[in-house]
Amino acid sequence: MANNKKKTTPTQANYQQLAKAKEPPRRIVRNCILAFLVGGLICTFGELLRKLFQEWGFTEKTAGDPTVAVLILLSCILTGLGVYDKFAQWAGAGTSVPVTGFANSMCSAAMEHRSEGLVYGVGGNMFKVAGAVIVFGTVAAFFIGILHGLFA
Amino acid sequence: MLQGKQSWRFDSPPVILGYASVVGPEEGKGPLKNEFDLIHEDMRLGQKSWELAEQQFLEQAITRAVEKSGIDQNAVNVYVGGDLMNQITSTSFVARTVGLPYLGVFGACSTSMESLAVAAQLISSGAAHYAIAGTCSHNCTAEKQFRYPTEYGSQKPPTAQFTVTGGGASVLGASGSGPRIKGATIGKIVDMGIKDPFNMGAAMAPAAVDTITRHLQDFQLEPSYYDLIITGDLAEIGHSLARDLFAENQVPIDQTVFSDCGLLIFDREKQQVQAGGSGCGCCATVTYGHLLNRMNRGELKRILVVATGALLSPLSYQQGESIPCIAHAVAIEAEGGGN
Amino acid sequence: MDYVWAFLVGGAICLIGQIMIDGFKLTPAHTMATLVVVGAIVDGLGWYDPLIRFAGAGATVPITSFGNSLVHGALVEFDQNGWIGILTGIFKVTSGGISAAIIFSFLVALVCKPKG
Repeated sequence: MANNKKKTTPTQANYQQLAKAKEPPRRIVRNCILAFLVGGLICTFGELLRKLFQEWGFTEKTAGDPTVAVLILLSCILTGLGVYDKFAQWAGAGTSVPVTGFANSMCSAAMEHRSEGLVYGVGGNMFKVAGAVIVFGTVAAFFIGILHGLFA
Repeated sequence: MLQGKQSWRFDSPPVILGYASVVGPEEGKGPLKNEFDLIHEDMRLGQKSWELAEQQFLEQAITRAVEKSGIDQNAVNVYVGGDLMNQITSTSFVARTVGLPYLGVFGACSTSMESLAVAAQLISSGAAHYAIAGTCSHNCTAEKQFRYPTEYGSQKPPTAQFTVTGGGASVLGASGSGPRIKGATIGKIVDMGIKDPFNMGAAMAPAAVDTITRHLQDFQLEPSYYDLIITGDLAEIGHSLARDLFAENQVPIDQTVFSDCGLLIFDREKQQVQAGGSGCGCCATVTYGHLLNRMNRGELKRILVVATGALLSPLSYQQGESIPCIAHAVAIEAEGGGN
Repeated sequence: MDYVWAFLVGGAICLIGQIMIDGFKLTPAHTMATLVVVGAIVDGLGWYDPLIRFAGAGATVPITSFGNSLVHGALVEFDQNGWIGILTGIFKVTSGGISAAIIFSFLVALVCKPKG
């Protein structure tokens, strides 16, 4: 069974097929329903916050910032209390797709690496999971900006 | 003594003079809760980091195993061990405390049997009068190093496994009272091209089957020779695949009880462990607790413990490499002959 | 009524994310990165602002809105300051979100230990 080449041998291919067949089916329907419900609820809560901030003097345009900030704060607190991950195992994308997931990824990484100190640990690892989101978002925005400049 | 192609036969079988297992809260709630020497309710054990806590589990297992063996720790000639951490720091730091000549080994989750085989060989060849073999793992250090921060909210797929928090160790001697190590089979790397680190069972099953098959060939045995052949942490998916592979290769594994430590240590219905347990500590705590206890109670006479390891790193996975795996087997028989 | 649309649109975006994770077997990082790029492209096409007017927080809370904000910032600066605006404007709108995430994560890490 020794194989130094990168190409898949027939034995390997057969086994991989067998292994794939053994994977228990993911509960896609249940997960999707929960993701929809929880994600929807978090966004509804966000809408409530937006309306509250508008009553407190923010305009429709500027109410978005404090709304997101409050959601991020709540997400960090729940992560700090150790309950966010338990909730997320159950709710899946319902908690990771809203901005709460982004905050959780940064907060959890910061907390985890506190034992390595503030500079290398917290500072150096905070963007471990969230970094990809920021990098890809920025690069995409750059190219879209250029395309817009050239064609719009 | 070389037996066959890649096995060792111990004509004067080393004796397991003492063994111990120290586990965390989740393991302490599982079906084997009465078989461990010590269960801790807190995974952090009051330490400043998960890594320091993992060291405590191992250190306590070694101390307890030495106590139970009745020999003086200073009489031990060598300590063989390893773990999952980068550069096996958990074991090295414990070796510093223990203060014995030390051989660090890395076999990922196969370390328990790799270290036991090496320690047994040192005893059998006369290179040591007494040896300690031990390993540990910790759910949080494994998650932190291999997957995501522990408080990160990601959903684990049903093929994922739950790393055991626990340390297991044994003290071996050339003679004395206790279960005997009759032989071992050193595995070779088997890589069937599985790339998914959340499905280790599937990656490791071929290695387990390869080593067990080789062991039976080297020693010219049928599976029925053993009361129990048990793998380290194939868990639900890997165990099922192993059975299929045995059937395909016409190895009559059903002649005996074929089980897996990762399936025994947790109650998959009640505990959120997806496919089952994994980690160096899985095979170690189940062997140095449940299995040897059963042997001492007379329930088992001859067992083959086959620890399985997935030899990937977070880097190799990110670079798109598949997962090379290995399995090491140790044959243990009850005192008074395996009859 | 605003609340209903926020719920439905927000839920739908999360549903898409779940399908990416369970159906396409993508990792969380891949899923989030893809959704951010999707949000950026949708704003580039000019369709994200109408979605926000329609669904409110249902469009601003999911991570896709982050992509939208990045592009928005770049385009507004481009209109005002030309090509250099694409670079200087990207983080203008999202600054609040990123700053909040960094600051609160740091503070929580000072006070709380992970529980495993």
